[in-house]
Amino acid sequence: MVNDTSIQKHFATLPQDNETGYKSFEMGSFKFSRDEYFAYITWPTGSHMMSIDAFLRALMRDVAWGFFYGTVNFDPVFGTTNLYGQVEMFAGTYHDSYKEGGLDWQERFESEELMPMFKAMVSDWTVEGFDPFASPMETNDAFGAKNGDNDEAVQRARVTAKRMVGLDGDTPLRTDESGFPVNRMFADVDQSQPVVQAEPGFEDQVSAYNLYGYLSRSDVTWNPSVCSVVKESLFCPTTEEYILPVEHGNDRVEWFIQLSDEITWEVKDKESGKPRAIVTMKPGDVSAMPADIRHQGFSNKRSMLLVWENASPVIPDLIKKGESPVVPVEF
Amino acid sequence: MTTVDYKTEFGSVADFEKGGVTIINDNPKNYVFSNIYDVANTSAPYERVVVAINREYVIEAARAEGASPLYTNAHDEFVLCMDGEVEVELMKPEVALLPSDAEGAHLVEGEAEGQKMGRLVLGRGHQGLLPAGCLYRFSSVKVSVISVQSILGPVSVQKWADICQTEA
Ligand SMILES: [Fe+2]
Repeated sequence: MVNDTSIQKHFATLPQDNETGYKSFEMGSFKFSRDEYFAYITWPTGSHMMSIDAFLRALMRDVAWGFFYGTVNFDPVFGTTNLYGQVEMFAGTYHDSYKEGGLDWQERFESEELMPMFKAMVSDWTVEGFDPFASPMETNDAFGAKNGDNDEAVQRARVTAKRMVGLDGDTPLRTDESGFPVNRMFADVDQSQPVVQAEPGFEDQVSAYNLYGYLSRSDVTWNPSVCSVVKESLFCPTTEEYILPVEHGNDRVEWFIQLSDEITWEVKDKESGKPRAIVTMKPGDVSAMPADIRHQGFSNKRSMLLVWENASPVIPDLIKKGESPVVPVEF
Repeated sequence: MTTVDYKTEFGSVADFEKGGVTIINDNPKNYVFSNIYDVANTSAPYERVVVAINREYVIEAARAEGASPLYTNAHDEFVLCMDGEVEVELMKPEVALLPSDAEGAHLVEGEAEGQKMGRLVLGRGHQGLLPAGCLYRFSSVKVSVISVQSILGPVSVQKWADICQTEA
């Protein structure tokens, strides 16, 4: 293994494969290629393969979230850790057996240099008709030789309200006309808007909207999007169907409030990957995700989940130094 | 082919079912697991019970029943109606009642003096802005449930042992 914290500068895009038509990519000493069914990752001490649909769904989240908070495990072996400005790419680093066997490897990149490579890879490897943000029942599959692309889907911008959805100049509401019909699993969700009566001069301060209606019209799954902001406190509600395509490893406490239906969370230790708990969440349930775990959610019926983040940039360091606990409160 | 008739389940103060933490190798308290409808059922009207905290930031849950006290704040807060119907009356005080760095919601004693800003009537799933520096009051004819995105302040009530799962 390496403990090299120097910044990798090698990036290469290799020409289309003669048989499958897909490009290959090199980032530092990690190499990525795909064929009809699988993504292949190699590094100096090992290699790994993943089903291409699972790989693209994970890669899509990593791209859309700008490497997110903490660690995005594509699966138990491969992933990225956000160092906020820099990113660590790893294989086996958070897997007990890979570490014991000496197969683990990690390298650092400048975020702004790695991101364009990830974007190029998700664009080249996504075929026409496959939407990595969509639930499996709402997309064609990801398999086969190169056949067109779906850049419209993979280049969606993540919604980030500055103050609150619906305010003038902020993130707009979703409507049929703006291309956001109600999802088939939310056909029964009330679409009425609240009564809002503003006195003259206070139109920009007196504001409300139907959040559940807004969520019922989301065309993506497992993609927390900012809806309201109190300083560094971000409400990031999202709609969930099937399986969270990554195991999210926390570098700070994160909170979930189940707004509708049900999600089951598998919680594992962040470092070792050993199972720690199963959290079943039903409407109104509130649960913290401690800063030393990774979690992956499963939702059969499309559900509404409020993900709540504290975006303060100082927290990961405070936790590393032991100056902020890994749990939100002790009682 | 069978067609599934999807029904979206929202809880209510009258009808909710809690999930929970199943422990494999951990302490259930680490998950600070509670249920907002359960909290509303077991708390006084407008007791602003902290159900989630991340350093200074909180999410409070409250049973909305009758008229609330009058509150003020120095930063934006956001209220989400999670059951029933809640009216929000918004006013602008003649002078700011709090220093600009004050955190959380603060009670305002006595009668409100301020300019009418407007009102919101929030049904289930509706989110409203409680803008920085305003005076506000909730009211609800029947028992309703709200949650508030805010910062820990003088009206925040922490009673974790009463509301959270403690046993595996
Ligand atoms: Fe997460």
